[in-house]
Amino acid sequence: MNYRLASGGRMDRTRPLQFTFDGNRYTGFAGDTLASALIANGVHLVGRSFKYHRPRGFLSAGSDEPNALVGVGGIASRYTPNLCATQVELYDGLVAESQNRWPSLSFDVGRVNDVFARFLSAGFYYKTFMWPAAAWKSLYEPMIRKAAGLGKAPSAPDPDRYTQVYVHCDVLVVGAGPSGLAAALAAGRSGSKVILCDEQDQLGGTLLSESEAVIDGQAAAEWLARAIGDLSALPNVTLLPRTTAFGWYPHNFLGLCQRVKDHLGEVDSNAPRERMWQVRAREVVIATGAIERPLLFPDNDRPGIMMAEGARIYLNRYGAVAGTRAVVFTSCDSAYRAAIELKAAGVQVTTIADVRPSPKGPWIERARAAGIEVRGSTVVTGTTGHLRISHVDLVDEVSGKSETLPCDLLLMSGGFTPSVHLFSQSRGKLVYDEALKVYVPGQSVERERSVGACRGIFDLGAAIASGFSGGLDAVKASGGSPVEEATFVVLAESFGQNGVIGRPGKAAKYAGRAWVDFQNDVTTKDIELATREGFRSIEHVKRYTTTGMATDQGKTSNMNALGIVSQTLGVPVDKVGLTTFRPPYTPTTFGVFAGQSRGDLFDPVRKTSIHDWAEEQGAVFEDVSLWKRARYFPRRGEDMHAAVKRECAATRQSVGIFDATTLGKIEVVGKDAAEFMNRMYTNAWTKLEPGRLRYGVMLREDGFIMDDGVVGRMAADRFHVTTTTGGAARVLAQMEDYLQTEWSDLEVWLTSTTEQWAVIAVQGPNARKVLDPLVQDIDLSAAAMPHMSVREGHICGIPMRLFRVSFTGELGFEVNVPMGYGRAVWEAIHASGKAHDITPYGTETMHVLRAEKGYIIVGQETDGTVTPDDAGLSWAVGKAKKDFVGKRSLARPAMTSSDRKQMVGLLTVDPTVVLEEGAQVVADPQEPIPMTMIGHVTSSHWSATLGRSIALGLVRNGRARIGTRLTVPMPSGNVTVEVVRPVFYDPEGKRLDG
Amino acid sequence: MKRFSAFSLVRAALSGQSTWPRQWRSPEPKPSYDVVIVGGGGHGLATAFYLAERYGVRNVAVVEKGWIGGGNTGRNTTIIRSNYLFDESARLYDHALKLWEGLSNALNYNVMYSPRGVLMLAHNIHDVQSFKRHVHANRLNGIDNEWLSPQECKEYCPPLNVGGEMRYPILGAALQRRGGTARHDAVAWGYARAADARGVDIIENCEVTGIRRAASGHVEGIETTRGYIRANKVGVAAAGNTSVVMGMAGIRLPLESFPLQALVSEPVKPVFPCVVMSNTIHAYISQSDKGELVIGAGTDAYTSYSQRGALHIANHTLDAICELAPMFRRLRMLRNWGGVVDVTPDRSPIIAKTPVPGLYLNCGWGTGGFKATPGSGDVFAWTIARNEPHPINAPFTIERFREGVMIDEAAAAAVAH
Amino acid sequence: MLLIKCPFCGPRPELEFSYGGEAHIARPQDPMSLDDEAWTEYLYIRSNPRGVHAERWRHINGCGRFFNARRNTISDEILETYMIGGSPAPVSEEKDRSPKGGAV
Repeated sequence: MNYRLASGGRMDRTRPLQFTFDGNRYTGFAGDTLASALIANGVHLVGRSFKYHRPRGFLSAGSDEPNALVGVGGIASRYTPNLCATQVELYDGLVAESQNRWPSLSFDVGRVNDVFARFLSAGFYYKTFMWPAAAWKSLYEPMIRKAAGLGKAPSAPDPDRYTQVYVHCDVLVVGAGPSGLAAALAAGRSGSKVILCDEQDQLGGTLLSESEAVIDGQAAAEWLARAIGDLSALPNVTLLPRTTAFGWYPHNFLGLCQRVKDHLGEVDSNAPRERMWQVRAREVVIATGAIERPLLFPDNDRPGIMMAEGARIYLNRYGAVAGTRAVVFTSCDSAYRAAIELKAAGVQVTTIADVRPSPKGPWIERARAAGIEVRGSTVVTGTTGHLRISHVDLVDEVSGKSETLPCDLLLMSGGFTPSVHLFSQSRGKLVYDEALKVYVPGQSVERERSVGACRGIFDLGAAIASGFSGGLDAVKASGGSPVEEATFVVLAESFGQNGVIGRPGKAAKYAGRAWVDFQNDVTTKDIELATREGFRSIEHVKRYTTTGMATDQGKTSNMNALGIVSQTLGVPVDKVGLTTFRPPYTPTTFGVFAGQSRGDLFDPVRKTSIHDWAEEQGAVFEDVSLWKRARYFPRRGEDMHAAVKRECAATRQSVGIFDATTLGKIEVVGKDAAEFMNRMYTNAWTKLEPGRLRYGVMLREDGFIMDDGVVGRMAADRFHVTTTTGGAARVLAQMEDYLQTEWSDLEVWLTSTTEQWAVIAVQGPNARKVLDPLVQDIDLSAAAMPHMSVREGHICGIPMRLFRVSFTGELGFEVNVPMGYGRAVWEAIHASGKAHDITPYGTETMHVLRAEKGYIIVGQETDGTVTPDDAGLSWAVGKAKKDFVGKRSLARPAMTSSDRKQMVGLLTVDPTVVLEEGAQVVADPQEPIPMTMIGHVTSSHWSATLGRSIALGLVRNGRARIGTRLTVPMPSGNVTVEVVRPVFYDPEGKRLDG
Repeated sequence: MKRFSAFSLVRAALSGQSTWPRQWRSPEPKPSYDVVIVGGGGHGLATAFYLAERYGVRNVAVVEKGWIGGGNTGRNTTIIRSNYLFDESARLYDHALKLWEGLSNALNYNVMYSPRGVLMLAHNIHDVQSFKRHVHANRLNGIDNEWLSPQECKEYCPPLNVGGEMRYPILGAALQRRGGTARHDAVAWGYARAADARGVDIIENCEVTGIRRAASGHVEGIETTRGYIRANKVGVAAAGNTSVVMGMAGIRLPLESFPLQALVSEPVKPVFPCVVMSNTIHAYISQSDKGELVIGAGTDAYTSYSQRGALHIANHTLDAICELAPMFRRLRMLRNWGGVVDVTPDRSPIIAKTPVPGLYLNCGWGTGGFKATPGSGDVFAWTIARNEPHPINAPFTIERFREGVMIDEAAAAAVAH
Repeated sequence: MLLIKCPFCGPRPELEFSYGGEAHIARPQDPMSLDDEAWTEYLYIRSNPRGVHAERWRHINGCGRFFNARRNTISDEILETYMIGGSPAPVSEEKDRSPKGGAV
């Protein structure tokens, strides 16, 4: 038998394509899907179900397909599991394989589960595997996990690229079937900016498989071609085939996923594999169509049992017949149309079993005229056939007469379920339509309207008309000028709107499992069991049985599950409730969500203007917030410790140079600048004279240290504020918050200047000697420029703010020059320092040098739970000030407790032992676990200067413990430490003057 | 309660699974209870169970405005761990973890507690220092937590991108081997069934509309959509809706409710052996027994009860996941949903008596409530039954915010340099 | 992603904004005169309503200005945005709220 008809279909028969499925070679045509090509090759068995490993074939021809999931890809890095064969476009050389079977698709050992199905009822795993308790982890769970899952995850990194674009439009039309096309025509002709998207590779929806309808005097296919031509000619219309609107987010923001490249095969090209369109639409027209519902009858899941409309699509769109001898089981007229068309194509369609008592109407007449037997009040009570259906059992519910008919194709139709997913995601209210037995859109929340089949309008003429009106309505609502209403003359036999949900007829009395959710193997019995066990809310039924939770998200199963619950409990359908529709509409690639954010583009990389110099010198960098900071500058053969030892020694003995550009900088300017600083910082600023620096501490309003930094008063009304590297944005945000919303009466302007200044710290006894030759107009002498002062002048002719400040305890300067001059000035200083063996140092040496001096680092000594007093910074708190941010909180009882952790120095009794940062401190090393921890080590280093280890820590009531010994219990043994003042080097500060 | 076991399952199979009774009744509310719990999530149901099981209070009702387990219990990423820094939190979460270890048998319901190990990744030097501080503190508190080098991370979780091109490379991780996951729905159902068997009334579709108080100020009962229910003690475990419920008793709280998203991939064969968390790049991932990759995102910026999150949050989560495991880039998102998490200023919970006599409060779990479920239920039940806090929850008062005694785990990991 | 109408720049996507928490909580004029209870009320207590919420936003990646918005926290619909120091349009369900006490 040749399953591909000699003519017909929309594929390109001049372009045959080779592909393989499970290693077998087949041929299809350009324009085929993998599903249509397999059907045309007579292949029906394509998958195994999740739990019972039942053999499965194609149920549908669209994205609602629950059975035909395959792995696609010839190379590991492009292998993609769980793709719907009905959505995979064929390309030459396509390699596909079936999933969830071993050793082969036709002989699957897992099938044994089906034999034990009666033990594997819904939720059985909640009732067992509890004994012995330890066996869950070691035995039962691994066993369950191995059995679960569908396809295999790819094993190599994805070589493809994904992109994202943001767009705005007046009208977004989702779905390019007859109603969506009409809506796009209406909006496009009105001049609105329109986007029309559709998940399929071609626009047209049901028109792509329409065989006899006539629209405006043209055959459907011709009308479709003309409509697409008209739309393409409109510059204000963007057509996006292969693009699924997967999610609706607040304020008419929709996510669209466009498949750009997969249909071209596994080729390297510059094109992204997929593109996410993030669309802000003024108005949306939802034209997402409807999905045909399966009927519930025993063993309704065998290969060869298919939706009637699916078979019709394979026939009309792909010229492929899904079988040779067919029986039809239906509750509505639409299946008659499929039966008649298949019969005309040469398929032996013997019988239509119609659950309705006495079906009447034009379709029934036409079927009979075509020689198809029509039986009313007839239901299917069972099927046989192992890897494909071979027989179907029919029962006349009036006479009770039963008959078994041979067939290799059983078509079914229980009516159509509107695709209300996007509408529901938009938070619109759904209402139950008793006549249609479906939910349809009710009241809207967002700016949208549904047209055509997705609102229960199944008649072609009416659907097109509703689409056009919907398009005009959207134009009007978006502020455009709609064109005149248009009328469409549509000649098409309406196929009626009957349908059933739950069990058709009196099927309840026929024994056997009827599948509700095909992929997850949820049967009517499972749902009945769930209701029996008290799971009454539909959400509970869903979660207990897993119905509707498979990769198709219940597109074919949800309404039937509702029907079963309703029938079992005797509760009206609309009282059972409805599960929530969640994005995405169909499974959507992780990569397209991630977009370009990968590798270095994951987060911006901030580099200083001196970065390249450091890189050339072989510096090792660390990430500090978004910045790259040089951590140390190893020379040949040096590890970090050796490099740091050398850098420390050079700075203490002669001079070091350090890139401090990453520090945050904020210019605070205005007549009330000092008052503003008084309120924002713990310190008092009024009396700070221009030209002087002060170390400032900023708290959060809850009293804990938020940030610190040196602040220079440049003029009476101007402060140069520095912040920590990671805190810059936070500090500016807090300043702006208070300035704009609390103290808007203050005349102050804030400007972030972090990116304006390169900062070069020159530290060490020879710092002045290095800078002196380069600075033209500032007297650097200790008398003229004392510690903690700031001057404006020039270095190498470049404008400069020069800070005399030290974070090392040595004589120090910080040179601030415009960012672009950073490297030039750095190199000039470096050259000038050659005579003094100037040594570049990184953050690691900076940490050691400042720890030797007991200077804190916010985020190291503090952690968001530390007050100024805890950190030994009471001296920086302006006691006389009436108020500052955080002051009131410091007065709370727990903030003044004597038992708070306070910063101290910790010296190991054995000076060679370097404590581990984060190690805990106890008073009583004999205490059994859990031990009372009274503190922890915040910083710990080997101090080459002192020839011993040093550490800073926060210890409960620590200042009172100075002179006592405590213990740091480590896995390798206890370390005894002495509590000391947190200044290890030059406590008198004599070296600050060089 | 018909006992669940392999044996009973086989026996029921012989009668077509038709002999299973309801897992919990659906009673009409009685006029009066000794204790009413508001909120039929994991915490509320666990509280009712422990009241009946451990503290001898059996005349208890749980009222739930929707269906039990329908809030954050059924929406979270099911991560369980106890390696918290501060003594107070460590004690609370480890109390819970110990209960998790025996929970399936205690409830006679397989909640699938799976100690697969929780890896918390460090991506910068500050992370390393912070996590090592956790490891040291946990060790002295008797809580397992160990440091893994990048190579050890790779061995423990092969899909991780260790050594590859990454904006924030993996510098190591803290591993709690006892940490893992459990089946979230089963926790709600298991507690419900076990509580029901001990006489607790579980009343679904029953929304609280008011809290009645006597002239003395003491709680008298609650108004509900199913009528007035008298009770001398009312325990509120309403998660995201706490502010609304407590407002009925005139109590204003230091709480804000934020959307929190999660998502799952399509099911695939076992590929991800443990739980991996990265606070620095906001990604949380494990693989469920069904084969879905379960992925957690960060909270949205603004307060909301809408139970949905923004697309850009999901985007950011998945770019982090694809960095951590680049071979997952071609996997596909199956479902994405949101919950409402109530967050306190220090991001630690409140489990305490309130200024209103007879009114007890359990809230503020933020993103971490699921893992605490058994422990929280137990100490809350104690607090209600004895009208005084259990030593474990004694620090978790409302008053701590007034006094400034914060238990701020997140601030303890603050980043600044 | 919300679409937020900055009173200065017009409607812009949420990514351009930072959220500033509940609005109309003015910092007390003299914090030190407050008892712990009153200070805690300012510092931590939030109304967190299920329904209309007055809140602050800052157009941080735009004009940089703070402004207020009223948003329904169930639907996320933004009813209006208005200037700092301004008061929201009178709405029936909110008539109890005093327009005073706004952060200025």
